[in-house]
Amino acid sequence: MLLAEAVAPASELLAESEFPGLSAAFAVEIFILAMLAATAFAMIRMRQLFGVAMLSGIYSLLSAAFFVALDAVDVAFTEAAVGAGVSTVLVLSGIALTAKRELPVDRERTFLPLAIVLVVGAALVYATIDMPAFGDPNAPANVYVGAQYIERTPEDIEVPNIVTAVLASYRGFDTLGETVVVFTAGLACLLLLGAGSIRGGGRHDDEEH
Amino acid sequence: MFTAAAAAIIVAMIIMLFRAIAGPTVYDRVLSVNSFGTKTVLLLAVLGFLMGRPAFLDIALLYALINFIATIAILKFFRYGRLSASMADMDLIRGDRR
Repeated sequence: MLLAEAVAPASELLAESEFPGLSAAFAVEIFILAMLAATAFAMIRMRQLFGVAMLSGIYSLLSAAFFVALDAVDVAFTEAAVGAGVSTVLVLSGIALTAKRELPVDRERTFLPLAIVLVVGAALVYATIDMPAFGDPNAPANVYVGAQYIERTPEDIEVPNIVTAVLASYRGFDTLGETVVVFTAGLACLLLLGAGSIRGGGRHDDEEH
Repeated sequence: MFTAAAAAIIVAMIIMLFRAIAGPTVYDRVLSVNSFGTKTVLLLAVLGFLMGRPAFLDIALLYALINFIATIAILKFFRYGRLSASMADMDLIRGDRR
């Protein structure tokens, strides 16, 4: 079903040759979204948790590719590093602490969560109706300071990437504050967990001998 | 030509996805996820040329690195059961060498 829907744009793409680059990228986006949906349904259906962790890694890779296709390169970087790299490992270590298989849930208990998810999803879809079109030059995000950033970055900062210029220079103090917060959080975690646990191997050795 | 390459990569991705979902053993799934990551890197590289911005190659390189590290972590987990135990085992091996 999903594949059949996704094949249709590809045949259109072969038919229209005026904008081959544009429509080919669009077909790739459709395919990525179809594979995302297929992965999500497979994750719901699967009971073996190791397989679910593997599929969540695939899901993160696919969504990162989709972010790149939508030009959100910085978000895609984060999704690839956190989603595909760290969170798969975190989920795996969570599985190591709990069970290997997911227990089946009673059918009566699934109705309320399903209803909540459907209501929230419908609300989100309703909210997207008011949003401006993708890449709309008159969208609120592009009219106020956005145009100023785009105009002034080449003279002010002389950095080719505008996102980098905004993050590192125009909002430099903001980024510095964020970095300090993240650094403090990491430092606090290390202090709470104990600095010796970084080299836990040595301590483990001492206990054994 | 890039369109044909993208289509071929997407067909390969669908096959990998099928193996990751259906794969009976753990090894099938690990291998399919690793291979899927490689296909994602290739797709990003081709997508950069399709959209007319080959600068996307940098992101493809980063994905290749992350994919490699994630596969190592998964295999380490599968070998030792948990991620922290591997350090102790490695220390024991290093101790034997001395």
